[in-house]
Amino acid sequence: MPLSLSESQTAFSAALLAPEIEAPANVIRPDGRRADRRFAIYRNNVAVSLIEALQANFPVTCKLVGEAFFRAMAGEFARVEIPRSPVLSEYGIGFPYFISSFRPAQDLPYLADVAAVEVAWNQAYHAADGAYLSSLEGLNEEELAKAICTPHPSVRFVSSPFPVCAIWLGHQAEQFSPPSDWKPESVLLVRPEAEVSLHVLQPGEFAFAQKLRSGERIEEAAIIALGIDPSFDPGAGLIKLLRAGAVSSIRTFESDEGE
Amino acid sequence: MKPLERSNVRVNASIPARAGVGLKPEHYRDILEENPDVGFFEVHAENYMGAGGPPHRYLEAIRERYPLSLHGVGLSIGAARRLDQAHLQRLKELVRRYEPGRFSEHLAWSTHENGFLNDLLPLPYTEETLHIVCEHIDQVQASVGCQMLLENPSVYVLLAESVIPETEFLREIAIRTGCGLLLDVNNVEVSATNAAYDPIAYINAFPIEHVGEFHLAGFAEAEDEAGERLLIDAHGSPVEPSVWSLYRQVLRRAGAKPTLIEWDNDVPSWSVLHNEAMKADLVLREVGEREQANAA
Repeated sequence: MPLSLSESQTAFSAALLAPEIEAPANVIRPDGRRADRRFAIYRNNVAVSLIEALQANFPVTCKLVGEAFFRAMAGEFARVEIPRSPVLSEYGIGFPYFISSFRPAQDLPYLADVAAVEVAWNQAYHAADGAYLSSLEGLNEEELAKAICTPHPSVRFVSSPFPVCAIWLGHQAEQFSPPSDWKPESVLLVRPEAEVSLHVLQPGEFAFAQKLRSGERIEEAAIIALGIDPSFDPGAGLIKLLRAGAVSSIRTFESDEGE
Repeated sequence: MKPLERSNVRVNASIPARAGVGLKPEHYRDILEENPDVGFFEVHAENYMGAGGPPHRYLEAIRERYPLSLHGVGLSIGAARRLDQAHLQRLKELVRRYEPGRFSEHLAWSTHENGFLNDLLPLPYTEETLHIVCEHIDQVQASVGCQMLLENPSVYVLLAESVIPETEFLREIAIRTGCGLLLDVNNVEVSATNAAYDPIAYINAFPIEHVGEFHLAGFAEAEDEAGERLLIDAHGSPVEPSVWSLYRQVLRRAGAKPTLIEWDNDVPSWSVLHNEAMKADLVLREVGEREQANAA
């Protein structure tokens, strides 16, 4: 009995991903003999193209460890996690976690978090386009307190015990400039127009922004933020988010009821 | 970077019988600044499946000025498993968004239980495969709402189960599903060399009446374990003389049809790529003039 298509493809894909397995016996040369070296072309295509997809999605992570190290690490990851979808710009969501437990990278404890910034950057870059508010005109303080903010669709957050934003920004130019201050950083990523921008948020601002995103009213988000940082200024915090282009709209309680 | 102006007026979608070019992000700006005389642009559908962002701004600006062809590389039409419905949905959405003049995919498979393998893998040509491929094409055409073209593959190995010649296999698919065919002339040269058959005999046996588009690209060379010459479908160099020659031959049978220059790796400057397209346009014009002379 010849193999069914499903059996044939199961054997083919298993051998593709495991270099120690020889090519399936039904994979042949024109003269009918085994085709191990020819099969290796497919194996190489898969491995190299997945490594290149990761290199395209994680350019700063690659700069931090050098291309040879990165490609070896990406190759290990690709062996355990191939893309779930053919949309390769989305490949590597699990890469930061993989890096955090990748022994040869243990000397760079911030590497996984920089990779997490790159996942967020890619998501912000490809997120839906949308309008953003640039002023609070027409809203009084009382209305604002009870209002709910709709975040821009591209808003993403990354929080790290390392200065990940400074490291990321420092690697945008050819010449790397190390962070001047080695401290934890929480980052807001947003793409109101064509470019993704990164903003470091203080602990109060970060809690405020996250609560707003999860749909809390402005005054409730402010109370939580003040609990984390008593010096937090809700008005300044809201303006900062607006200037970043992170707020699509503000719905006031009254107008909401009137709908 | 400023947002690109959108006029939201698009040129006619239909793809002319001229040379087109595979669109690369490296060339967005050159194209939008120079407005080169190119028949159409073709993109890999999977590169534009994000919800928004700069890739769509550029593609929309280009779609306003040029007819667009969508070329899928991830549907895995030849997989034994069912089509990825989420991916099919994203494809449908992309077709709705850009109203491309054409949609094409490959006679190959690239997904299995564990995910997406990111290569176009070879199929055994059997009755079972024929049945599965036709069922998948029916689904795609029903979902996307237009005829698709199916591309002949480049292969490095044969599968022992195969019993149907590739040209017959493609003819049968076109008849059963109503899909058209995309004849990649470089793939013919690559597969004929690797599978040891005559490319001219293949071209002569090809169901030419179903062909809606040609692809041209460059190959690379290697050797197998027996020291036999192997061609690699590398898309990283100019179209080879042997492929130009095959292309001229097939045009004699097929007449002028839209023809894409593919150059996906080691992408050259826009002017080098545009030159390749102009060479194809010249060949197409000769064929067109001969057709007119014959008609008169």
